[in-house]
Amino acid sequence: MITRTQVLDALAGVRDPELDEPLTDLGFVTEVAIDGDAVAVRLRLPTYFCAPNFAYLMVADTRAAVLSVPGAGAVRVELEDHFASSEINGAVKADRGFAGAFPDETEGGLESLRTLFERKAFTARQGRLCEELLAAGHSLEEIAAMRVRDLPPGADRDRCVQLRRTLGIGAADGDPAFVLPKRAHVDATHLDRYMRIARLMRVSIEGNAGLCRALLQTRYEFEEVAA
Amino acid sequence: MYEKDGERYYIVDGHVHFWDARPENRNKYGEGFIACFYDYHRNLSPEEYVWPKEKYDRYSEEDMIHDLFEIGYVDKAIMQPTYLKDFFPGGFNTTEQDAAMAAHHPGRFICNGAWDPRDGEPGLKTFEALAHEYDLQGVKLYTAEWHGASKGWKLNDYWSYRYLEKCQELGITNIHVHKGPTIWPLNRDSFDVADVDHAATKFPELNFIVEHVGLPRLEDFCWIATQEPNVYGGLAVAMPFIHTRPRYFAQIIGELCYWIGADRILFASDYAIWQPRWLIEKFVDFQIPDDLAGEYAPLTPDVKRQILGLNAARLYGLEVPASVAAEPAGAAVGSEPVSPA
Repeated sequence: MITRTQVLDALAGVRDPELDEPLTDLGFVTEVAIDGDAVAVRLRLPTYFCAPNFAYLMVADTRAAVLSVPGAGAVRVELEDHFASSEINGAVKADRGFAGAFPDETEGGLESLRTLFERKAFTARQGRLCEELLAAGHSLEEIAAMRVRDLPPGADRDRCVQLRRTLGIGAADGDPAFVLPKRAHVDATHLDRYMRIARLMRVSIEGNAGLCRALLQTRYEFEEVAA
Repeated sequence: MYEKDGERYYIVDGHVHFWDARPENRNKYGEGFIACFYDYHRNLSPEEYVWPKEKYDRYSEEDMIHDLFEIGYVDKAIMQPTYLKDFFPGGFNTTEQDAAMAAHHPGRFICNGAWDPRDGEPGLKTFEALAHEYDLQGVKLYTAEWHGASKGWKLNDYWSYRYLEKCQELGITNIHVHKGPTIWPLNRDSFDVADVDHAATKFPELNFIVEHVGLPRLEDFCWIATQEPNVYGGLAVAMPFIHTRPRYFAQIIGELCYWIGADRILFASDYAIWQPRWLIEKFVDFQIPDDLAGEYAPLTPDVKRQILGLNAARLYGLEVPASVAAEPAGAAVGSEPVSPA
């Protein structure tokens, strides 16, 4: 018997690829229905015109996450109120891929898009960690010399470690703490510059997440979204 | 003209619309499109500026003149057409519609045109005729526009370059680029501005104004703008955060001034999504908060003057009244960045 907790735990691992936050935190999951081994999940997005590639990834990732719950049988994921709901829901259900949802409108899959946004998320999170360390009084030289084990504990560190594994960057305790998304270690002379870029990335992602939350609230006319 | 604390500001609203989104002029996509616009409007406007949906679908010429020029401080407004005929069969906001209204109010508006590279050779001729008829100085391009089975295009496509060559030939120097949720191919990030980078390198005599400063890809936009001196940022959509999320607005404007400089940022309301009056009043009163002052340069009256009108006046050859001090301000400090990824 599948429990609601199992499904919600699985869903907590599904992120908006652009915002790097779980769909459950963003308020995108509106319904989880369990009937025996069958699970149905409904998703909604902040606008009717949210980019179809990201929307597809969220629907497909949701389905994969629920299917990974031991004992899950039939899984149905429905994205609602989106211009491409039927194309996306149909293709995900039939496992036809993104190209199957939009024949003749794609050139390749969505993996490079996903990787690009994982790199951005990684850079932004490193930016936040670095800002935290600077605020705590560490010098750029000290920060550049730090190892993964020296990173301040919390959500940013955990997610950074997770993203390092995904991106193929060493995530052992003794690996350099601050690295470019393509793995080169950032030394003290470049850290300042890199952190300006990371801050820009952070401002961008945080700003977009804030706007998405606000638009979702306006669209569905509710007061609060769980942060 | 806006005056506050002894400072005078010449105002160019770089992005305004006169649209028709009435139910009789829209299909289900058009309905979704204007509903989405309306959510932006009601989410980010001060309460007293929120319109009922019916008015938002189709406001009057009188409303627009009142909001921009009678109470909105605007000296000159730039009409940016958005055709969207796959959503709005009669056109959402065409050059013809804009020009008809502008003709009733001489000296108030600059009307930009538009083209679509998927119209190929015949479209080039149509565009040339449009350019002559309306004496175009600029175009507004929407790369997410649907066109039959196609859901978008890129600025560095072969036919895009042909149209840009035509712009150059006709002396149409201001190329406003607006990104949206779809592009060809659909698996790529539709908001990516790398195609603008290519086009800006290839056409150094043209000015590329990236609308809503690349949002939601502020980082990509800053990145290309640091490398291409003919790339500018239009503040449509970024401005209204000044009300609901002032700290985020401070970060955006701070980053823009750092990376590309205040001399390449253009004020815009995106009317009728938002109204210039409150945006201008709040912007002139705005300052970077104290706790961010170490990271971002202060917004001086000279910086604000540049953004509110002088930069657009330079691009469009507008005569600025002598009473408006025109000290250049705000060169970028963040040029030649190292690649983050």
